[in-house]
Amino acid sequence: MLEIKDICFSRDNKKILDHINLNIDTDKFVVITGPNGSGKSTLVKIIMGIQKPDSGKVLLEGKDITNLSVDERAKLGIGFAFQQPVKFKGITVYDLLKLSSGKPINKNEACNILSKVGLCAKEYVDREVNNSLSGGELKRIEIATVAVRNSKLAIFDEPEAGIDLWSFQSLIKIFEDMRKIVKGTTLIISHQERILNIADEIILMKDGKVETKGNKEQLLEKVLERPVCCKLEGGKING
Amino acid sequence: MDKIDSDLLHEITDLEGENFEGAYNIRKNGKGIERKVTENINIVTKKDVSGIDIYVKENTKFEIVHIPVIITESGLNDVVYNDFYIGKNANVVIIAGCGIHNDHHKDSQHDGIHRFFLEEGAKVKYIEKHYGEGTGTGKRILNPVTEVHLKQGSTLEMESTQIKGVDSTIRETKGVLEDNTNFVVTEKIMTHGMQSAKTIFNVELNGKNASTKVTSRSVATENSVQQFESKVIGNTECFGHVECDAIIKDNGRVIAIPEIIANNVNANLIHEAAIGKIAGDQLMKLMTLGLNEKEAEEAIINGFLK
Repeated sequence: MLEIKDICFSRDNKKILDHINLNIDTDKFVVITGPNGSGKSTLVKIIMGIQKPDSGKVLLEGKDITNLSVDERAKLGIGFAFQQPVKFKGITVYDLLKLSSGKPINKNEACNILSKVGLCAKEYVDREVNNSLSGGELKRIEIATVAVRNSKLAIFDEPEAGIDLWSFQSLIKIFEDMRKIVKGTTLIISHQERILNIADEIILMKDGKVETKGNKEQLLEKVLERPVCCKLEGGKING
Repeated sequence: MDKIDSDLLHEITDLEGENFEGAYNIRKNGKGIERKVTENINIVTKKDVSGIDIYVKENTKFEIVHIPVIITESGLNDVVYNDFYIGKNANVVIIAGCGIHNDHHKDSQHDGIHRFFLEEGAKVKYIEKHYGEGTGTGKRILNPVTEVHLKQGSTLEMESTQIKGVDSTIRETKGVLEDNTNFVVTEKIMTHGMQSAKTIFNVELNGKNASTKVTSRSVATENSVQQFESKVIGNTECFGHVECDAIIKDNGRVIAIPEIIANNVNANLIHEAAIGKIAGDQLMKLMTLGLNEKEAEEAIINGFLK
């Protein structure tokens, strides 16, 4: 459903993406992993249209979307959860979920979505998406804004980044549950073993290139040997 | 009352028609045109100057007073003095506001001087909305003055909104607080074109455990300019928090001048101010939800001023 054709992207004379070619199938749960600076975030931003590639094409269901704007891509069914959730003064969680869903939703529907991402809905639905929320809470709300859209392609840029261990443990559970309930293709950047463990396909990136890709059985062991990946054992993250 | 009148009333009260609940006094072009009093709320015309005295009996619970002002006459300079006397332990909502319709070249101006005297334990929610419209070159000018005197244990929460159509405004709000009182002010202003808005807050925390929270949210667009001045004086063990947030667009300018004065070692006073354009990451997030740039900007501003 998603084709990445020969994407290149350089900044300050540094090749960040170097001739990337990928095919992502419908309804697959795909995890992109790899060391910092390998180009993972840039790649997903190019898919969403947040960054423009220097060359190459992005095709969604056969349609060339390379020159489409971010909102046009969103309307075609791409959703994007940011690594650093954005805060808004005055906009409540309910307002944001209404904007996200693109159609009128009532508070019950908003609460259902919040419950799915592990938030006690009544406490959150009328709160502002501002500094009063913790990093973990903002992450869950960010995930909810993507989940509510029923996207054809939902992209999550390192959802585990910047949150405490306890929030992280329950966040992983959300992705495990979402794997079962969310339809469509999921593309997620992660270093976490438990996320990799639920992947249909793993893409390993290094130095702006796809080093290898394949199904979980083929790649999980290889990826876990690398220091970049984190195992969760006894409540500690070993990375 | 014609369509312009009822449209103006709707803009400042959010009510359809003149279906005011509770006591009310409607003023049009400098004169009172309709009034209703209730068993607990009396409204009396002042004898010395133009305006009214509003008396709320002690222990009055959950009643509403509407005192809207509309101006449709170009060139009118209307000055009104309204005093509110709120009895002990009364709990009321007061909804004021002024709408000006000016289709001509002469300036129309309304200066509403409102004074509130709250007795012990009284609670007031005061909502005022200012609005201007019309096709004329004459300016629509509103200069409200609000003076709040809080006796022991009383609280006043004020919400002031000016979103559209007012060319020039100077808004002065003054509070004098005794023991265990609380004065909360939320102000929202949006300016366009060549409009100017100036806000002056002056709160004196004189009583033990007196507290105030002043929040100003403003958006200055096109060539408009806004100035926010606030002065909170802590004379005893008290708490004051002033927060000024502004979004600037186009050539809009905002000036924030904070002043907090602690005259007592137990005074706890905070001032926060932030001015800036809409953050790029906010726009981008909303665009990933399918809003175009203009829609995203509107959603951010609407939320900010909600």
